[in-house]
Amino acid sequence: MKTLRHGYVTAPVLGALWCFVIAVTVAVAMSFATGAPFRPSPILSLIWGAGIGFAALFGVVALWGAALAVAALGIVGIGPMASGDGTSLVALAVGHGALALFTALGARKILEECRIGALTRHEFEEAVIRFLTGFGYIFFTAIVLIPFYVMVMTSLKNQAELMANPLDFSIDLTQGWGLLRSYGELMTEYGFGSYLWTSFYVSVLTVLITLAFAIPGAYAVARLRFRGQALFSRSILLIYMVPMIVLALPIYIAFSMTGLRNTIFGIVIIYPVTTIPVALYMLQGYFRGLPAEIEEAGLMDGLSRLKVIWKITLPLSLPALASVSLYVFMIAWNEFLLAFMLLDDPSKFTLTRGIASLNSSEVPRQHLMAGAVIATVPIMVLFLGLERFMTKGLTAGSVKG
Amino acid sequence: MTDAVPPTGTGPLAKREARLAWGLLFPTLAAVSLVVILPLMAVFWISFKPVGLANLRPPTPIVREDIRGDLEAPGDAATLRYRLRNSSQDQPILGVALSDAWPEGLEAGELDPRCAIAEGRLSCDFGDWEGGAREQIRIPVTATEAYFAGPGATASDPALTGQAQNVLTSFEFTLENFAQVFDGSEFWAVLGVTLFYTIFGTLGALIMGLFAAMLLNKSFKGQGILRGLYLFPYVAPVIAVAFAWILLFDPFSGSANALLIQMGVSEGAINFFGERPLALIMVTLFEIWRYFPLSFLFILARMQSIDHDMYEAADMDGASPFQKFWYLSLPQLLGILSVLFLLRFIWTFNKFDDIFLLTGGNAGTRVLTVNVYEQAFALSNIGAGAAVAVVIFACLLLFSLFFFKVMSREEGL
Repeated sequence: MKTLRHGYVTAPVLGALWCFVIAVTVAVAMSFATGAPFRPSPILSLIWGAGIGFAALFGVVALWGAALAVAALGIVGIGPMASGDGTSLVALAVGHGALALFTALGARKILEECRIGALTRHEFEEAVIRFLTGFGYIFFTAIVLIPFYVMVMTSLKNQAELMANPLDFSIDLTQGWGLLRSYGELMTEYGFGSYLWTSFYVSVLTVLITLAFAIPGAYAVARLRFRGQALFSRSILLIYMVPMIVLALPIYIAFSMTGLRNTIFGIVIIYPVTTIPVALYMLQGYFRGLPAEIEEAGLMDGLSRLKVIWKITLPLSLPALASVSLYVFMIAWNEFLLAFMLLDDPSKFTLTRGIASLNSSEVPRQHLMAGAVIATVPIMVLFLGLERFMTKGLTAGSVKG
Repeated sequence: MTDAVPPTGTGPLAKREARLAWGLLFPTLAAVSLVVILPLMAVFWISFKPVGLANLRPPTPIVREDIRGDLEAPGDAATLRYRLRNSSQDQPILGVALSDAWPEGLEAGELDPRCAIAEGRLSCDFGDWEGGAREQIRIPVTATEAYFAGPGATASDPALTGQAQNVLTSFEFTLENFAQVFDGSEFWAVLGVTLFYTIFGTLGALIMGLFAAMLLNKSFKGQGILRGLYLFPYVAPVIAVAFAWILLFDPFSGSANALLIQMGVSEGAINFFGERPLALIMVTLFEIWRYFPLSFLFILARMQSIDHDMYEAADMDGASPFQKFWYLSLPQLLGILSVLFLLRFIWTFNKFDDIFLLTGGNAGTRVLTVNVYEQAFALSNIGAGAAVAVVIFACLLLFSLFFFKVMSREEGL
């Protein structure tokens, strides 16, 4: 351990690891962007990375010199990343240039405090942490983005192109609107317009019904004193833990017998009940946090309890209501199991059920992915637009998923 | 003079408050008991019943009426025929009786001994039917003048009555479902898979969440964007991301395979979701990928509320970054980590959609929840499905007891 804590050991080791990380990243990114065969060479990337790390100890000039050298080596063909024949010169220059640039930038940041001599434990650990941080950003961003990137790009291509080179996600922009033909077909031939509308109004109704039930319930649990209050707030959480699949079976039977299966009405009845416990749990936490004095003042001035809730508590808890609504909307929008079990009639599908029906060998892949994008985009837009509320809603909404 | 006595018991104000509370809670209570408590009881009930998907409709007698021969002029003869059967192959129907309007002006020949015509109605009594019973009634008829004024012999629908036992409401119980569920090595395999998926999925998501939270626990430009981005997997509809993963890891046209082959990591195409034990690892990875944002969000919220003075004091004492993490941050986070672990454990245990969409429970990924679906719908044995559901519920109760013990110590989230 002690030998590691010397500048001339730490710097090359971290530099080598960092260069390898960047080589893999750039190779994957270049492959996905151009479809050209790029691949990292593990041994070479470790060696040249060590060189860059070592150079970083001798100041900025040495570092950039080393980076330039690595870029040049890459174009010649013995760099940290290898590229197959027939790759265009532009792609080569961009790929190897980016690799050298990011390796050098990272190395500079990571090895900021490194000197040639012995390092203190503090300096050494800081460098390691900076390396891990850089790696973490790349890693998390990559694993989050890649599936979504594949989803969007696949929806813009056609089956033959996909089979020919599964890595080539470059799109032909000259097609113009032709790129979006999967979406057009889904909307016109597969009825996704109506699914979108069904999903939307089912979700909105779910939010409204949930709030209508959860607000009074949450207020009672949070503010009013009655026997069994503690037991009640506990059983909310317990109910919240009952898995849907256990309930889905009898609900399926009951709906089959009463003819509620295959109706939007049935779905609108059942969705709110799955979300009421969550909403109640979130809201009661918020209500508890409101100062009781304001409400008491209202009571003293002659308002009834219900008026107090309406005129004082609710206006004060608008932010919480927004988070809860968003969270419930998200649950209803993304709900799959019940829609899948209870809806068979294509004219009544929700979006998730509609996508499930696209999963057959007769429907081309890009349609399936276009459907996935159609379902994902509205919730993402809503989420990014109201991220502040959403994060709050999620943290308050406990850990259901 | 009387002594002032403090009031005992609940006063009228407290009573009114309690009444209001119950009034406000009533709609929720009613809805929840209707859709949660009642179905739960139904699951218990069904799990002791020999009921298949086909038994959901109780057996009914079915009749078809037709006329053989033409009735065109008065005096023509034909045969009126009723064909009857029991809709169920194995359930009996008791006291089956047929009743049909007898057309005016139609003269019946020799009648079946079980039938009679009175006051313009034909009625037949068949007694009890076994499962799969079939009957045929033939009545030779002759038309008279009056017949042709009426709507015809087959115009009115015959009515059939019969008492059938619906297996759902009968008091016939069996332990066969449970015997079937626990029978053989399959159950233990399913339980093993469930535990692997639950434990590693939960731990993985927790560790990844901790890592991501540490990355974002500092303010820099773009922190908000990254935080939003890292929540994507959780916010997107499960069906969308599950299909994206399936496509990404497709053995024939998936980018992941192409990438691995190009990078020289693997020789040929790997069937990620179709091979044991790779499929199980993949669904666990998916679970980690999809739910690390949640742990990340909670851990980040807790991290940001840790008092900063402590770190300054540690700096003064010369603590290194790793020491600060190990001796200061981690103990502070232990509470939220244990609560998250327990809650996520329970919910991962309950997870159905993800595995169902990714593999359908094939290739050694069948967990208990998927087994419920498999038994009830794929094998059409609702009783066995309910029995698995009961097993899940029992496990869940066990976890919850444990959870509330820890939870009350940690004072909630």
